[in-house]
Amino acid sequence: MNKILLIIQREYLSRVRKKSFLLTTFLVPLLFIGMYAIIFYVALNNQEPTTQVQVIDDSGFIINELKDTDHLIFTKANGSTGTVKKDLEKGEKNTILLLIPPDVASSQVVELYDTEKKGIRTINDIENQLNDILKSKALKDAGIDTKILNSIKPAITVKSKELTVEGERDSSVGAAIGVSFGLSILIYLSLFLYGSQVMRGIIEEKSNRIVEVIISSVKPFQLMMGKIVGIGLVGVTQFVLWIVLSVGMLGVAGTVMMDKNISTEISETKHMSDTKDDYKTPSGSPINGLIKNIKTVDYPYVISSFLIYFIGGYLLYSALFAMVGSAVDSETETQQFMLPIIMPLLFTYMLSFSVLINNPHGSLAFWLSMIPFTSPIGMLVRIPFGVPTWQLILSIVLLVIGFVGTTYVAARVYRVGILMYGKKASYKELFKWFKYKG
Amino acid sequence: MLEINNIVKQYAQHRALDDISLSIKRGTIFGLLGPNGAGKTSLIRIITQITGPDSGSILFNGEHLNPQHIEKIGYLPEERGLYKKMQIGDQMLYLAQLKGLSKEEAKRRIKHWFEKMEMQTWWNKKVEDLSKGMQQKVQFVATVLHQPELLILDEPFSGFDPVNADLIKSEILELHNNGTTIIFSTHRMESVEELCDNIALINKSKKILDGSLVEIKNSYRENKFKIVYHSQEDSIPINYALFIVEYNKRVDHTTTLFIKILEDKTINEILSYLLEKVEIRHVEEIIPSIHDIFVKEVTTNRLN
Repeated sequence: MNKILLIIQREYLSRVRKKSFLLTTFLVPLLFIGMYAIIFYVALNNQEPTTQVQVIDDSGFIINELKDTDHLIFTKANGSTGTVKKDLEKGEKNTILLLIPPDVASSQVVELYDTEKKGIRTINDIENQLNDILKSKALKDAGIDTKILNSIKPAITVKSKELTVEGERDSSVGAAIGVSFGLSILIYLSLFLYGSQVMRGIIEEKSNRIVEVIISSVKPFQLMMGKIVGIGLVGVTQFVLWIVLSVGMLGVAGTVMMDKNISTEISETKHMSDTKDDYKTPSGSPINGLIKNIKTVDYPYVISSFLIYFIGGYLLYSALFAMVGSAVDSETETQQFMLPIIMPLLFTYMLSFSVLINNPHGSLAFWLSMIPFTSPIGMLVRIPFGVPTWQLILSIVLLVIGFVGTTYVAARVYRVGILMYGKKASYKELFKWFKYKG
Repeated sequence: MLEINNIVKQYAQHRALDDISLSIKRGTIFGLLGPNGAGKTSLIRIITQITGPDSGSILFNGEHLNPQHIEKIGYLPEERGLYKKMQIGDQMLYLAQLKGLSKEEAKRRIKHWFEKMEMQTWWNKKVEDLSKGMQQKVQFVATVLHQPELLILDEPFSGFDPVNADLIKSEILELHNNGTTIIFSTHRMESVEELCDNIALINKSKKILDGSLVEIKNSYRENKFKIVYHSQEDSIPINYALFIVEYNKRVDHTTTLFIKILEDKTINEILSYLLEKVEIRHVEEIIPSIHDIFVKEVTTNRLN
C-alpha cells in the first residue's frame, strides 16, 4: 500500500510541478473571465444605430400613425419612389425606403428597400407597427373603441417555479441550458485530457523500458492504479484551483461590471420614457437577466456533481486508456483502439446539445444517464434541470460498478501488455492477454 | 538460496518454460545461458514475481517465493530504461523507496554509491542529458542500492564501453565477495567463463545442461591435446595405437600437432613415445570453451 502511495506521489508531483500545469491553471480562469467580459461587452454595446425610414405612403393614413422608436425615425420621403431609390443607391447610410401601396389594408404587403440587409429587429418593429395601425383602423371601422380595448389588455407573465424538497424556488430554463452546455463540454474535454495523459504516461514508461524495472518492485496493478490516481488528483487539483481562482476573479470583475451595468440601466430607462412601451424590446436590461439567471443555478450542487462524475468517469475511461497504452509501442498505434472507446462519449456529447437539452427527462436521456459509459455526460447535462435523487444514486452506483469492471479488465490486459514489445496488438490478442493466468 | 522446481509456463500456443528445475547456491555466480527466445527472460520474470508460473514451485531461502522476497531481489532487466525527464537523484530515490528503503537510508546509500562511481555531480541532471553508458551506470546502482541478497543481471554489459564494463565487472565481483548471490543471464560467453561458478543452459524452453562450470567443461573434454615440438625431421612420428593427428602445421623446424588420444591411453604414454623422437616444447589439453559447448548443444538440439 505504501508503494502505491509512492507512485501516486511521483505521478502527481511530476505533473503539478510542470510549467504547463501552472500556465493552464492560471490561464483558463482568465480565459473564462475574458469570455464573460466579451459577453457583457457585446450585450452592452450591440445597440443598433438609428435608422432613417423614408416613407412613401400611397394609402395616406399610415404615415401619421408611425411612431419613432429609439432606433427608427420615420420621415416622409422627398420626391418620388425613383429619386429616393437613386439616393439610396448613391450610398446613403442607415437610410431605408418603406413603400406602402394604396391597397395595403387588403393586400397586407409593403415593400422595404435597402442597400444592405437589415436586422430582424428593424423588420419586426415595422411589421408590428403596421399590424397595430391596420388593426386599430379595422377596429375603428367596425365601430370598436381602441381606447377601451387597450385598457382591458391583460399582461400575463409565466413565472417559472420549481418544486423541490426545500420548497419552491425560482428556476430558469435558460440558465439550466447554459450550465448544461458548459458541463457537457467541460466533462467531455477533461475525460479526454486526463485519460490520454494516463495513456501517454504508460506508453512513455513502456517505450523508455523502465516499466520492467518498476514492476520488479511493485505489482503491475499498483503501477497502473498509482498512475491513474495520481493523474486524477492532478485533474481534481486543477478544477479546484480553477473554481477558486474563477470565483476570486469574478468577484473582482463583478464589482467593476455592476457599476457599469447600473449606469446603462439608467440610460435605458431614459430611452424608454421617450417611446411607447409596446415597441420597446421586452428584454429590459439583458445583463440584468443574465445575472439573475446565473444566480438561479445551485452551484454547490452542480460543482459537486461535476466532481463526482468527473472522478467516476475518469476512473472508468482512464482504465480503458491505460489498457490501450499498455498494448501499443507508440502513440501512433493507438488509433485503432481509440475509436470504440470514444464512441459512447462522443455520441452522448453530440446528443447533449440537442435531444438531451430539449428533453432532459425523456427516456433516451434517462438511459444515457444510467449507462456508466455515457452517464458522465448524460447525467451532468440533466443535473441543472433537476434529477430525482434515486436516479442520481442509481447512476452513481452503476458508474462505480462500471469503473471497477473496466479497471479489472484493463489491469489484466495491462500486466501482459506492458511487457510485450514489437508485437502488433489486435483485439484478439488483447482478449488472449486478458485470459492469461497468474 | 533458490530452488526452482518443475516450473512450467504456457503462453497460449507457446510453452515458454517446460519443466525447468534449477538449484542456485548462496554466494555463487550462476550463469543462465541460452539462445534468444529460449525462455531465460520468462524464467527471470517468474523469479522476480513479475509473472507467475502455471505449475511448479520456487523456494527462496527455503520459503515459498512471496511478495516479501521482492525487496531481497535486485533485477537489472535486459530491456531497461529510466524516466527521461526526471532528475537522477530523485529517480534513484524513487526506485529505492519502491524497494522498501526509507527516504533517509536511500539518500545515504545513493550518496555513497555516487561517490564510489564518481557520479557526485549527477544528482540534479536529467536522464536525457546523460550518455547511454552513464545511464547504464545509474541503472546498475539503482539495482543494487537496496543490497539485495539475490541479484539478477540480464545482459549487464550491453551498452557499456570496455572501461565501464570493467568497472561494473569489478563491482559485481565485489558484491559476490560480500556474499551476494548473482544470476547472470547472457550470451556473451567470455564473461561467463570469467565470472560464473555454475551455469545452466536453456534451449527451446527446456533445460539441457546444468552444473558447475568446471565440471561441465571437463565432461566435454574429448582427450584432445595440442603439442608443439622441435625436430630436424619433416615426417611426423605417428602411432595409431596411441593417437590420431587431427591437424598439423610445420614452420621451420617447429611442428604444431593437434591430436586426439585413444580412449584407454593417457597423455603420459603419448609423451613418453614422442620424447624419444622429438624435442617437446609445449603441451596443452584442449578444453572446449563454454562458447563451443553452447554452440554444440544448441545446434545438435536444433537438429533433433
